[in-house]
Amino acid sequence: MKTGLYYKTKRITINLFIHLFLLSVAVTCIFPLLWMVASSLKTQETIFRDMSFIPKEWHFENYYRAWREGGFGRNFLNSLFYTTSVVIGIIIVASLAAYAFSRLRFPGQNVFFAMFMAAMMIPIPGSFVPLYVLLNKLHLRNTALGYILCMINVGLSTSIFLLKTFFDKMPKELEDAARIDGCSKLGIWWHVALPLAKPVLAVVVVFNALNVWNEYVLALIIFDAKPLMPLQVALMTFQGEFITQYPLLMAGLTITALPIIIVYLFMQRYIVKGVTQGAIVG
Amino acid sequence: MKVKSTLENYLFVLPAVIIFTIFYIIPFIWVFQLAFYDWDGIMPTKFFVGLGNFIEILQDKIWWRSIWQAGYITLIALTFQNALAFLLAWACDRQIRMKNFYRLIFFIPPVLSEVVVGLVWQWILDGNYGLLNHWLVSLGFPHLVRNWLSDPKTALTTVAIVHSWKGFGWGFLIFLAGLQTIPRELYEAARVDGANAWESFRRITLPLMIPVAVLVGILTILGTMQAFVLIIAMTGGGPAYHTQVPVLRILASMRGSSRFGYACAQGITFGIILVIVSFIQYRFSKRARQYQ
Repeated sequence: MKTGLYYKTKRITINLFIHLFLLSVAVTCIFPLLWMVASSLKTQETIFRDMSFIPKEWHFENYYRAWREGGFGRNFLNSLFYTTSVVIGIIIVASLAAYAFSRLRFPGQNVFFAMFMAAMMIPIPGSFVPLYVLLNKLHLRNTALGYILCMINVGLSTSIFLLKTFFDKMPKELEDAARIDGCSKLGIWWHVALPLAKPVLAVVVVFNALNVWNEYVLALIIFDAKPLMPLQVALMTFQGEFITQYPLLMAGLTITALPIIIVYLFMQRYIVKGVTQGAIVG
Repeated sequence: MKVKSTLENYLFVLPAVIIFTIFYIIPFIWVFQLAFYDWDGIMPTKFFVGLGNFIEILQDKIWWRSIWQAGYITLIALTFQNALAFLLAWACDRQIRMKNFYRLIFFIPPVLSEVVVGLVWQWILDGNYGLLNHWLVSLGFPHLVRNWLSDPKTALTTVAIVHSWKGFGWGFLIFLAGLQTIPRELYEAARVDGANAWESFRRITLPLMIPVAVLVGILTILGTMQAFVLIIAMTGGGPAYHTQVPVLRILASMRGSSRFGYACAQGITFGIILVIVSFIQYRFSKRARQYQ
Protein backbone atom coordinates (compact mmCIF):
# COMPACT_ATOMS: atom_id res chain seq x y z
CA MET A 1 0.00 0.00 0.00
CA LYS A 2 1.44 3.30 -1.05
CA THR A 3 0.89 5.94 1.57
CA GLY A 4 0.06 9.60 1.24
CA LEU A 5 3.60 10.39 2.17
CA TYR A 6 4.84 8.38 -0.81
CA TYR A 7 2.73 10.41 -3.23
CA LYS A 8 3.73 13.64 -1.57
CA THR A 9 7.44 12.88 -1.85
CA LYS A 10 6.98 11.80 -5.43
CA ARG A 11 5.19 15.03 -6.31
CA ILE A 12 7.82 17.18 -4.63
CA THR A 13 10.62 15.37 -6.45
CA ILE A 14 8.89 15.79 -9.81
CA ASN A 15 8.25 19.46 -9.14
CA LEU A 16 11.88 19.91 -8.15
CA PHE A 17 13.06 18.54 -11.48
CA ILE A 18 10.57 20.67 -13.36
CA HIS A 19 11.81 23.77 -11.57
CA LEU A 20 15.40 22.84 -12.31
CA PHE A 21 14.56 22.52 -15.99
CA LEU A 22 12.61 25.80 -16.10
CA LEU A 23 15.24 27.65 -14.09
CA SER A 24 18.12 26.50 -16.25
CA VAL A 25 16.34 27.75 -19.37
CA ALA A 26 15.51 31.01 -17.59
CA VAL A 27 19.21 31.47 -16.73
CA THR A 28 20.08 30.85 -20.38
CA CYS A 29 17.67 33.62 -21.32
CA ILE A 30 19.15 36.11 -18.90
CA PHE A 31 22.92 35.65 -18.82
CA PRO A 32 23.61 37.13 -22.30
CA LEU A 33 21.94 40.33 -21.15
CA LEU A 34 23.88 40.39 -17.89
CA TRP A 35 27.06 39.78 -19.88
CA MET A 36 26.15 42.68 -22.16
CA VAL A 37 25.76 45.02 -19.19
CA ALA A 38 28.89 43.68 -17.49
CA SER A 39 30.92 44.17 -20.67
CA SER A 40 29.61 47.69 -21.07
CA LEU A 41 31.13 48.62 -17.71
CA LYS A 42 34.64 47.40 -18.46
CA THR A 43 37.43 49.31 -20.18
CA GLN A 44 39.09 48.65 -23.50
CA GLU A 45 42.05 47.19 -21.57
CA THR A 46 40.20 44.95 -19.13
CA ILE A 47 37.41 43.65 -21.36
CA PHE A 48 39.54 41.00 -23.04
CA ARG A 49 40.94 39.67 -19.76
CA ASP A 50 38.31 40.29 -17.09
CA MET A 51 35.75 37.49 -17.41
CA SER A 52 33.70 38.45 -14.34
CA PHE A 53 30.02 39.24 -14.46
CA ILE A 54 30.49 41.88 -11.77
CA PRO A 55 33.54 43.97 -12.72
CA LYS A 56 35.62 45.48 -9.93
CA GLU A 57 35.34 49.00 -11.28
CA TRP A 58 32.18 50.18 -12.97
CA HIS A 59 33.00 52.51 -15.84
CA PHE A 60 29.72 54.28 -16.33
CA GLU A 61 31.52 56.85 -18.47
CA ASN A 62 31.25 54.29 -21.29
CA TYR A 63 27.59 55.20 -21.51
CA TYR A 64 28.38 58.89 -21.70
CA ARG A 65 30.98 58.19 -24.40
CA ALA A 66 28.65 55.93 -26.37
CA TRP A 67 25.95 58.57 -26.14
CA ARG A 68 28.22 61.46 -27.21
CA GLU A 69 31.24 60.14 -29.12
CA GLY A 70 29.55 57.02 -30.44
CA GLY A 71 26.67 59.23 -31.56
CA PHE A 72 24.07 56.90 -30.07
CA GLY A 73 22.34 59.82 -28.33
CA ARG A 74 21.27 61.22 -31.66
CA ASN A 75 20.19 57.79 -32.92
CA PHE A 76 18.28 57.13 -29.72
CA LEU A 77 16.24 60.29 -30.22
CA ASN A 78 15.69 59.31 -33.86
CA SER A 79 14.38 55.89 -32.83
CA LEU A 80 12.14 57.53 -30.25
CA PHE A 81 10.81 59.99 -32.83
CA TYR A 82 10.17 57.33 -35.49
CA THR A 83 8.50 54.99 -33.01
CA THR A 84 6.16 57.65 -31.64
CA SER A 85 5.25 59.02 -35.06
CA VAL A 86 4.56 55.60 -36.56
CA VAL A 87 2.49 54.47 -33.59
CA ILE A 88 0.36 57.64 -33.62
CA GLY A 89 -0.04 57.33 -37.37
CA ILE A 90 -1.09 53.69 -37.16
CA ILE A 91 -3.56 54.35 -34.35
CA ILE A 92 -5.35 57.04 -36.37
CA VAL A 93 -5.23 55.46 -39.83
CA ALA A 94 -5.94 51.89 -38.71
CA SER A 95 -8.72 52.72 -36.26
CA LEU A 96 -10.50 54.91 -38.82
CA ALA A 97 -10.40 52.09 -41.35
CA ALA A 98 -11.25 49.36 -38.83
CA TYR A 99 -14.22 51.37 -37.56
CA ALA A 100 -15.50 51.82 -41.11
CA PHE A 101 -15.05 48.12 -41.91
CA SER A 102 -16.94 47.20 -38.76
CA ARG A 103 -19.73 49.77 -38.55
CA LEU A 104 -20.17 51.69 -41.82
CA ARG A 105 -21.50 50.44 -45.13
CA PHE A 106 -20.05 51.33 -48.53
CA PRO A 107 -19.60 49.54 -51.87
CA GLY A 108 -16.38 47.55 -52.19
CA GLN A 109 -16.02 47.27 -48.44
CA ASN A 110 -15.32 43.54 -48.41
CA VAL A 111 -12.84 43.79 -51.26
CA PHE A 112 -10.83 46.44 -49.44
CA PHE A 113 -10.85 44.46 -46.22
CA ALA A 114 -9.83 41.25 -47.98
CA MET A 115 -6.98 43.19 -49.55
CA PHE A 116 -5.57 44.17 -46.18
CA MET A 117 -5.98 40.65 -44.85
CA ALA A 118 -4.28 39.13 -47.91
CA ALA A 119 -1.29 41.40 -47.31
CA MET A 120 -1.00 39.88 -43.85
CA MET A 121 -0.77 36.34 -45.24
CA ILE A 122 1.27 36.67 -48.45
CA PRO A 123 4.99 36.84 -47.85
CA ILE A 124 6.96 38.98 -50.30
CA PRO A 125 10.58 38.38 -49.45
CA GLY A 126 12.71 41.22 -50.73
CA SER A 127 9.88 43.74 -50.94
CA PHE A 128 12.50 46.26 -49.84
CA VAL A 129 13.91 46.28 -53.39
CA PRO A 130 10.93 47.99 -55.08
CA LEU A 131 10.36 50.11 -51.96
CA TYR A 132 13.84 51.51 -52.40
CA VAL A 133 13.08 52.37 -56.04
CA LEU A 134 9.74 53.90 -55.12
CA LEU A 135 11.12 56.08 -52.34
CA ASN A 136 13.88 57.26 -54.66
CA LYS A 137 11.28 58.31 -57.22
CA LEU A 138 9.19 60.13 -54.63
CA HIS A 139 12.34 61.80 -53.21
CA LEU A 140 11.44 60.26 -49.86
CA ARG A 141 14.61 58.20 -49.47
CA ASN A 142 16.92 59.49 -46.76
CA THR A 143 13.99 61.33 -45.18
CA ALA A 144 12.24 60.70 -41.89
CA LEU A 145 8.86 60.97 -43.61
CA GLY A 146 9.67 58.18 -46.06
CA TYR A 147 10.63 55.82 -43.25
CA ILE A 148 7.62 56.73 -41.12
CA LEU A 149 5.16 56.15 -43.97
CA CYS A 150 6.76 52.79 -44.83
CA MET A 151 6.54 51.65 -41.23
CA ILE A 152 2.92 52.80 -40.90
CA ASN A 153 2.19 50.57 -43.88
CA VAL A 154 4.03 47.65 -42.27
CA GLY A 155 1.83 47.74 -39.16
CA LEU A 156 -1.42 48.62 -40.88
CA SER A 157 -2.93 45.21 -41.75
CA THR A 158 -2.51 43.54 -38.37
CA SER A 159 -3.67 46.65 -36.53
CA ILE A 160 -6.79 46.94 -38.69
CA PHE A 161 -7.53 43.28 -38.06
CA LEU A 162 -7.16 43.54 -34.27
CA LEU A 163 -9.24 46.72 -34.09
CA LYS A 164 -11.99 45.47 -36.39
CA THR A 165 -12.32 42.26 -34.37
CA PHE A 166 -12.76 44.38 -31.27
CA PHE A 167 -15.27 46.80 -32.83
CA ASP A 168 -17.33 43.86 -34.12
CA LYS A 169 -17.83 42.60 -30.59
CA MET A 170 -18.47 46.03 -29.07
CA PRO A 171 -22.12 46.76 -28.12
CA LYS A 172 -23.73 49.35 -30.39
CA GLU A 173 -25.90 51.08 -27.78
CA LEU A 174 -23.44 53.81 -26.81
CA GLU A 175 -22.86 54.74 -30.44
CA ASP A 176 -26.62 54.81 -31.10
CA ALA A 177 -27.11 57.11 -28.13
CA ALA A 178 -24.39 59.44 -29.40
CA ARG A 179 -25.96 59.45 -32.86
CA ILE A 180 -29.35 60.43 -31.45
CA ASP A 181 -27.61 63.25 -29.60
CA GLY A 182 -26.50 64.52 -33.01
CA CYS A 183 -22.92 63.34 -32.96
CA SER A 184 -21.28 63.01 -36.41
CA LYS A 185 -19.68 59.75 -37.56
CA LEU A 186 -16.24 61.18 -37.01
CA GLY A 187 -17.35 62.39 -33.59
CA ILE A 188 -18.58 58.93 -32.66
CA TRP A 189 -15.30 57.38 -33.79
CA TRP A 190 -13.29 59.83 -31.70
CA HIS A 191 -15.52 60.27 -28.62
CA VAL A 192 -17.12 56.84 -28.30
CA ALA A 193 -15.35 54.09 -30.26
CA LEU A 194 -11.72 54.97 -29.56
CA PRO A 195 -12.09 55.41 -25.77
CA LEU A 196 -13.93 52.07 -25.58
CA ALA A 197 -11.20 50.38 -27.59
CA LYS A 198 -8.46 51.22 -25.06
CA PRO A 199 -7.59 47.60 -24.18
CA VAL A 200 -7.01 46.61 -27.80
CA LEU A 201 -5.35 49.95 -28.56
CA ALA A 202 -2.81 49.07 -25.87
CA VAL A 203 -2.00 45.84 -27.73
CA VAL A 204 -1.70 47.74 -31.01
CA VAL A 205 0.55 50.40 -29.44
CA VAL A 206 2.88 47.95 -27.70
CA PHE A 207 3.27 45.67 -30.71
CA ASN A 208 3.90 48.41 -33.21
CA ALA A 209 6.23 50.24 -30.86
CA LEU A 210 8.37 47.11 -30.40
CA ASN A 211 8.26 46.47 -34.11
CA VAL A 212 9.42 49.96 -35.12
CA TRP A 213 12.06 50.22 -32.41
CA ASN A 214 13.54 46.87 -33.49
CA GLU A 215 13.20 47.35 -37.25
CA TYR A 216 16.42 47.09 -39.23
CA VAL A 217 16.25 46.42 -42.96
CA LEU A 218 14.01 49.25 -44.15
CA ALA A 219 16.00 51.72 -42.10
CA LEU A 220 19.14 50.26 -43.66
CA ILE A 221 18.03 50.87 -47.23
CA ILE A 222 16.29 54.20 -46.57
CA PHE A 223 18.95 56.09 -44.61
CA ASP A 224 22.44 56.84 -45.91
CA ALA A 225 23.08 59.70 -43.51
CA LYS A 226 24.09 58.69 -39.99
CA PRO A 227 22.32 61.63 -38.29
CA LEU A 228 18.99 60.25 -39.52
CA MET A 229 19.57 56.58 -38.64
CA PRO A 230 17.66 54.81 -35.88
CA LEU A 231 19.60 52.83 -33.28
CA GLN A 232 19.55 49.40 -34.93
CA VAL A 233 21.30 50.59 -38.09
CA ALA A 234 23.63 52.88 -36.16
CA LEU A 235 24.74 49.92 -34.01
CA MET A 236 25.66 47.88 -37.06
CA THR A 237 27.46 50.86 -38.61
CA PHE A 238 29.36 51.42 -35.37
CA GLN A 239 30.33 47.76 -35.19
CA GLY A 240 31.56 47.91 -38.77
CA GLU A 241 33.70 50.98 -38.10
CA PHE A 242 35.14 50.16 -34.68
CA ILE A 243 35.30 46.39 -34.63
CA THR A 244 37.03 46.00 -31.29
CA GLN A 245 35.42 48.83 -29.31
CA TYR A 246 33.43 46.30 -27.32
CA PRO A 247 32.74 48.37 -24.18
CA LEU A 248 31.19 51.20 -26.20
CA LEU A 249 29.33 48.77 -28.45
CA MET A 250 27.92 46.95 -25.41
CA ALA A 251 26.91 50.28 -23.88
CA GLY A 252 25.14 51.12 -27.14
CA LEU A 253 23.39 47.75 -27.11
CA THR A 254 22.28 48.29 -23.53
CA ILE A 255 20.94 51.73 -24.41
CA THR A 256 18.99 50.08 -27.24
CA ALA A 257 17.68 47.12 -25.27
CA LEU A 258 16.78 48.88 -22.02
CA PRO A 259 13.67 50.81 -23.21
CA ILE A 260 12.32 47.62 -24.80
CA ILE A 261 12.81 45.62 -21.60
CA ILE A 262 11.18 48.34 -19.50
CA VAL A 263 8.19 48.59 -21.84
CA TYR A 264 7.96 44.81 -21.86
CA LEU A 265 7.99 44.49 -18.08
CA PHE A 266 5.20 47.02 -17.73
CA MET A 267 3.08 45.93 -20.68
CA GLN A 268 3.63 42.16 -20.46
CA ARG A 269 -0.11 41.48 -20.16
CA TYR A 270 -0.83 43.14 -23.51
CA ILE A 271 2.03 41.37 -25.23
CA VAL A 272 0.81 37.94 -24.13
CA LYS A 273 -2.66 38.89 -25.32
CA GLY A 274 -1.32 40.13 -28.63
CA VAL A 275 0.71 37.00 -29.30
CA THR A 276 -2.16 34.65 -28.58
CA GLN A 277 -4.60 36.76 -30.61
CA GLY A 278 -2.09 37.33 -33.38
CA ALA A 279 -1.48 33.58 -33.54
CA ILE A 280 -5.15 33.03 -34.27
CA VAL A 281 -4.81 35.35 -37.26
CA GLY A 282 -2.04 33.23 -38.74
CA MET B 1 -28.10 62.43 -48.83
CA LYS B 2 -27.35 58.73 -49.35
CA VAL B 3 -24.47 59.51 -51.74
CA LYS B 4 -23.00 62.02 -49.35
CA SER B 5 -23.14 59.51 -46.54
CA THR B 6 -21.40 56.83 -48.64
CA LEU B 7 -18.68 59.29 -49.64
CA GLU B 8 -18.24 60.15 -46.00
CA ASN B 9 -17.77 56.46 -45.23
CA TYR B 10 -15.07 56.19 -47.87
CA LEU B 11 -13.17 58.99 -46.15
CA PHE B 12 -12.67 56.68 -43.17
CA VAL B 13 -10.74 54.08 -45.18
CA LEU B 14 -9.10 56.56 -47.56
CA PRO B 15 -5.86 57.20 -45.59
CA ALA B 16 -5.30 53.47 -45.05
CA VAL B 17 -6.03 52.65 -48.68
CA ILE B 18 -3.72 55.38 -50.00
CA ILE B 19 -0.79 54.34 -47.83
CA PHE B 20 -1.43 50.67 -48.61
CA THR B 21 -1.60 51.31 -52.36
CA ILE B 22 1.60 53.34 -52.49
CA PHE B 23 3.71 51.27 -50.14
CA TYR B 24 2.35 47.78 -50.66
CA ILE B 25 0.47 47.32 -53.95
CA ILE B 26 2.76 49.38 -56.21
CA PRO B 27 5.95 47.72 -54.91
CA PHE B 28 4.20 44.34 -55.22
CA ILE B 29 3.48 44.98 -58.91
CA TRP B 30 6.97 46.36 -59.49
CA VAL B 31 8.61 43.19 -58.19
CA PHE B 32 6.93 41.25 -60.98
CA GLN B 33 7.83 43.89 -63.55
CA LEU B 34 11.44 44.46 -62.56
CA ALA B 35 12.15 40.73 -62.45
CA PHE B 36 12.18 40.72 -66.27
CA TYR B 37 14.71 43.53 -66.59
CA ASP B 38 18.38 44.04 -66.07
CA TRP B 39 18.70 47.29 -64.16
CA ASP B 40 21.20 48.86 -61.79
CA GLY B 41 18.64 50.97 -59.95
CA ILE B 42 20.02 54.29 -61.20
CA MET B 43 20.13 54.34 -65.00
CA PRO B 44 17.04 55.78 -66.68
CA THR B 45 16.94 52.84 -69.10
CA LYS B 46 16.23 49.25 -68.17
CA PHE B 47 17.14 46.30 -70.40
CA PHE B 48 14.42 43.78 -70.97
CA VAL B 49 15.87 40.31 -70.54
CA GLY B 50 12.70 38.21 -70.48
CA LEU B 51 13.22 35.12 -68.34
CA GLY B 52 16.98 35.74 -68.28
CA ASN B 53 17.08 36.49 -64.57
CA PHE B 54 15.16 33.33 -63.71
CA ILE B 55 17.36 31.18 -65.91
CA GLU B 56 20.38 32.64 -64.18
CA ILE B 57 18.84 31.86 -60.80
CA LEU B 58 18.54 28.19 -61.79
CA GLN B 59 22.31 28.09 -62.22
CA ASP B 60 23.14 30.28 -59.22
CA LYS B 61 24.84 27.80 -56.89
CA ILE B 62 25.14 30.23 -53.98
CA TRP B 63 21.45 31.03 -54.23
CA TRP B 64 20.34 27.40 -53.93
CA ARG B 65 22.86 26.80 -51.23
CA SER B 66 21.40 29.75 -49.29
CA ILE B 67 17.97 28.13 -49.55
CA TRP B 68 19.29 24.81 -48.19
CA GLN B 69 20.98 26.64 -45.37
CA ALA B 70 17.78 28.47 -44.46
CA GLY B 71 16.08 25.08 -44.63
CA TYR B 72 18.65 23.65 -42.22
CA ILE B 73 18.09 26.49 -39.74
CA THR B 74 14.34 25.97 -40.11
CA LEU B 75 14.70 22.25 -39.44
CA ILE B 76 16.51 22.97 -36.18
CA ALA B 77 13.88 25.57 -35.28
CA LEU B 78 11.06 23.12 -36.04
CA THR B 79 12.52 20.30 -33.98
CA PHE B 80 14.78 21.62 -31.24
CA GLN B 81 13.20 25.04 -30.72
CA ASN B 82 9.58 23.89 -30.85
CA ALA B 83 10.19 20.78 -28.75
CA LEU B 84 11.77 23.00 -26.12
CA ALA B 85 8.88 25.45 -26.37
CA PHE B 86 6.36 22.67 -25.92
CA LEU B 87 8.17 21.07 -22.98
CA LEU B 88 8.44 24.42 -21.22
CA ALA B 89 4.78 25.20 -21.84
CA TRP B 90 3.79 21.75 -20.59
CA ALA B 91 5.88 22.22 -17.44
CA CYS B 92 4.36 25.65 -16.85
CA ASP B 93 0.81 24.44 -17.43
CA ARG B 94 0.85 22.41 -14.21
CA GLN B 95 0.05 23.93 -10.89
CA ILE B 96 3.47 25.22 -10.21
CA ARG B 97 4.92 28.20 -8.44
CA MET B 98 6.58 31.12 -10.22
CA LYS B 99 4.67 30.32 -13.41
CA ASN B 100 4.34 34.03 -14.23
CA PHE B 101 8.00 34.61 -13.55
CA TYR B 102 9.02 31.94 -16.06
CA ARG B 103 6.60 33.30 -18.62
CA LEU B 104 8.05 36.76 -18.12
CA ILE B 105 11.62 35.56 -18.63
CA PHE B 106 11.02 33.26 -21.61
CA PHE B 107 9.60 36.05 -23.68
CA ILE B 108 12.51 38.44 -23.15
CA PRO B 109 14.60 37.14 -26.09
CA PRO B 110 11.72 37.54 -28.56
CA VAL B 111 11.12 41.20 -27.66
CA LEU B 112 14.78 42.14 -28.18
CA SER B 113 15.90 43.20 -31.62
CA GLU B 114 17.82 40.82 -33.84
CA VAL B 115 20.67 43.31 -34.00
CA VAL B 116 21.04 43.39 -30.21
CA VAL B 117 20.75 39.61 -29.88
CA GLY B 118 23.13 39.00 -32.78
CA LEU B 119 25.83 41.37 -31.57
CA VAL B 120 25.67 40.18 -27.95
CA TRP B 121 25.93 36.53 -28.98
CA GLN B 122 28.68 37.33 -31.43
CA TRP B 123 30.64 38.72 -28.47
CA ILE B 124 29.87 35.70 -26.29
CA LEU B 125 30.89 33.30 -29.07
CA ASP B 126 34.03 35.22 -30.06
CA GLY B 127 36.85 32.77 -30.77
CA ASN B 128 39.57 34.56 -28.83
CA TYR B 129 37.89 36.49 -26.05
CA GLY B 130 34.40 34.99 -25.93
CA LEU B 131 32.69 33.95 -22.73
CA LEU B 132 31.71 30.51 -24.05
CA ASN B 133 35.28 29.46 -24.86
CA HIS B 134 36.42 30.86 -21.51
CA TRP B 135 33.84 28.71 -19.74
CA LEU B 136 34.79 25.64 -21.76
CA VAL B 137 38.40 26.04 -20.69
CA SER B 138 37.50 26.68 -17.04
CA LEU B 139 35.22 23.65 -16.94
CA GLY B 140 37.95 21.44 -18.36
CA PHE B 141 36.88 21.03 -21.97
CA PRO B 142 39.63 22.92 -23.80
CA HIS B 143 39.35 20.55 -26.77
CA LEU B 144 35.85 21.92 -27.46
CA VAL B 145 37.10 25.49 -27.88
CA ARG B 146 36.62 26.87 -31.38
CA ASN B 147 35.86 29.89 -33.46
CA TRP B 148 32.15 29.19 -33.34
CA LEU B 149 31.11 31.76 -35.92
CA SER B 150 34.12 31.82 -38.23
CA ASP B 151 34.66 28.06 -38.44
CA PRO B 152 32.76 26.76 -41.49
CA LYS B 153 31.99 23.54 -39.62
CA THR B 154 30.13 25.19 -36.75
CA ALA B 155 28.95 28.57 -38.06
CA LEU B 156 25.57 27.53 -39.46
CA THR B 157 24.55 25.35 -36.51
CA THR B 158 25.64 28.04 -34.07
CA VAL B 159 23.54 30.62 -35.90
CA ALA B 160 20.58 28.20 -35.88
CA ILE B 161 20.86 27.66 -32.14
CA VAL B 162 21.00 31.38 -31.40
CA HIS B 163 17.98 31.78 -33.67
CA SER B 164 16.17 29.13 -31.62
CA TRP B 165 17.20 30.90 -28.42
CA LYS B 166 15.62 34.08 -29.71
CA GLY B 167 12.49 32.41 -31.02
CA PHE B 168 11.33 29.67 -28.64
CA GLY B 169 9.39 32.17 -26.49
CA TRP B 170 6.82 32.61 -29.27
CA GLY B 171 6.06 28.91 -29.49
CA PHE B 172 6.07 28.70 -25.70
CA LEU B 173 3.38 31.39 -25.33
CA ILE B 174 1.17 29.91 -28.06
CA PHE B 175 1.54 26.34 -26.72
CA LEU B 176 0.79 27.54 -23.19
CA ALA B 177 -2.33 29.37 -24.36
CA GLY B 178 -3.37 26.19 -26.18
CA LEU B 179 -2.76 23.95 -23.16
CA GLN B 180 -4.79 26.23 -20.96
CA THR B 181 -7.84 25.84 -23.18
CA ILE B 182 -7.95 22.08 -22.40
CA PRO B 183 -10.65 21.61 -19.74
CA ARG B 184 -9.24 20.32 -16.45
CA GLU B 185 -12.24 17.98 -16.11
CA LEU B 186 -10.87 15.86 -18.95
CA TYR B 187 -7.73 15.10 -16.93
CA GLU B 188 -9.83 14.50 -13.82
CA ALA B 189 -12.07 12.07 -15.66
CA ALA B 190 -9.07 10.24 -17.11
CA ARG B 191 -7.53 9.92 -13.64
CA VAL B 192 -10.73 8.54 -12.21
CA ASP B 193 -10.76 6.00 -15.02
CA GLY B 194 -7.30 4.90 -13.91
CA ALA B 195 -5.15 6.57 -16.57
CA ASN B 196 -1.62 7.44 -15.49
CA ALA B 197 0.13 10.69 -16.31
CA TRP B 198 1.67 9.37 -19.53
CA GLU B 199 -1.62 7.95 -20.79
CA SER B 200 -3.55 11.13 -20.19
CA PHE B 201 -0.76 13.09 -21.87
CA ARG B 202 -0.88 10.81 -24.91
CA ARG B 203 -4.66 10.48 -25.15
CA ILE B 204 -5.76 14.00 -24.16
CA THR B 205 -2.96 16.55 -24.41
CA LEU B 206 -1.29 15.43 -27.62
CA PRO B 207 -4.38 15.07 -29.84
CA LEU B 208 -5.85 18.35 -28.65
CA MET B 209 -2.57 20.15 -29.24
CA ILE B 210 -2.09 19.06 -32.85
CA PRO B 211 -3.84 22.10 -34.39
CA VAL B 212 -1.76 24.37 -32.17
CA ALA B 213 1.41 22.54 -33.15
CA VAL B 214 0.55 22.95 -36.82
CA LEU B 215 0.02 26.67 -36.30
CA VAL B 216 3.34 27.02 -34.48
CA GLY B 217 4.97 24.94 -37.22
CA ILE B 218 3.72 27.17 -40.04
CA LEU B 219 4.69 30.33 -38.16
CA THR B 220 8.14 28.84 -37.50
CA ILE B 221 8.71 27.91 -41.14
CA LEU B 222 7.60 31.26 -42.54
CA GLY B 223 9.51 33.19 -39.88
CA THR B 224 12.74 31.21 -39.95
CA MET B 225 13.07 30.87 -43.72
CA GLN B 226 12.90 34.66 -43.99
CA ALA B 227 15.13 35.44 -41.01
CA PHE B 228 18.32 37.27 -41.91
CA VAL B 229 18.97 40.29 -39.67
CA LEU B 230 20.25 38.08 -36.87
CA ILE B 231 22.68 36.52 -39.36
CA ILE B 232 23.85 39.90 -40.62
CA ALA B 233 24.63 40.85 -37.03
CA MET B 234 26.41 37.57 -36.22
CA THR B 235 28.36 36.53 -39.33
CA GLY B 236 27.31 38.78 -42.22
CA GLY B 237 26.72 35.57 -44.19
CA GLY B 238 30.24 34.24 -43.83
CA PRO B 239 32.57 32.45 -43.49
CA ALA B 240 32.68 32.00 -47.27
CA TYR B 241 28.90 31.85 -47.77
CA HIS B 242 28.42 29.24 -45.04
CA THR B 243 25.64 31.17 -43.34
CA GLN B 244 24.06 32.81 -46.38
CA VAL B 245 20.26 32.75 -46.48
CA PRO B 246 17.95 33.81 -49.34
CA VAL B 247 16.93 37.25 -48.09
CA LEU B 248 20.58 38.02 -47.49
CA ARG B 249 21.28 37.08 -51.13
CA ILE B 250 18.46 39.39 -52.28
CA LEU B 251 19.93 42.22 -50.24
CA ALA B 252 23.38 41.47 -51.67
CA SER B 253 22.06 41.46 -55.26
CA MET B 254 20.53 44.85 -54.64
CA ARG B 255 23.14 46.62 -52.55
CA GLY B 256 26.30 44.70 -53.36
CA SER B 257 26.03 44.14 -57.09
CA SER B 258 23.30 46.72 -57.93
CA ARG B 259 21.22 44.18 -59.81
CA PHE B 260 17.68 45.23 -59.00
CA GLY B 261 16.02 43.01 -61.59
CA TYR B 262 17.88 39.94 -60.41
CA ALA B 263 17.04 40.74 -56.79
CA CYS B 264 13.32 40.91 -57.67
CA ALA B 265 13.49 37.61 -59.55
CA GLN B 266 15.12 36.03 -56.48
CA GLY B 267 12.33 37.48 -54.33
CA ILE B 268 9.64 35.93 -56.54
CA THR B 269 11.39 32.54 -56.67
CA PHE B 270 11.72 32.48 -52.92
CA GLY B 271 8.14 33.70 -52.37
CA ILE B 272 6.85 30.81 -54.49
CA ILE B 273 8.96 28.32 -52.51
CA LEU B 274 7.54 29.67 -49.24
CA VAL B 275 3.95 29.38 -50.45
CA ILE B 276 4.55 25.78 -51.61
CA VAL B 277 6.20 24.79 -48.32
CA SER B 278 3.44 26.17 -46.14
CA PHE B 279 0.83 24.58 -48.41
CA ILE B 280 2.49 21.17 -48.02
CA GLN B 281 2.66 21.59 -44.27
CA TYR B 282 -1.02 22.54 -44.22
CA ARG B 283 -1.99 19.44 -46.22
CA PHE B 284 0.10 17.15 -44.04
CA SER B 285 -1.44 18.56 -40.90
CA LYS B 286 -4.93 18.01 -42.27
CA ARG B 287 -4.13 14.37 -42.89
CA ALA B 288 -2.55 14.02 -39.45
CA ARG B 289 -5.75 15.35 -37.93
CA GLN B 290 -7.86 12.82 -39.82
CA TYR B 291 -5.90 9.94 -38.32
CA GLN B 292 -6.56 11.11 -34.80
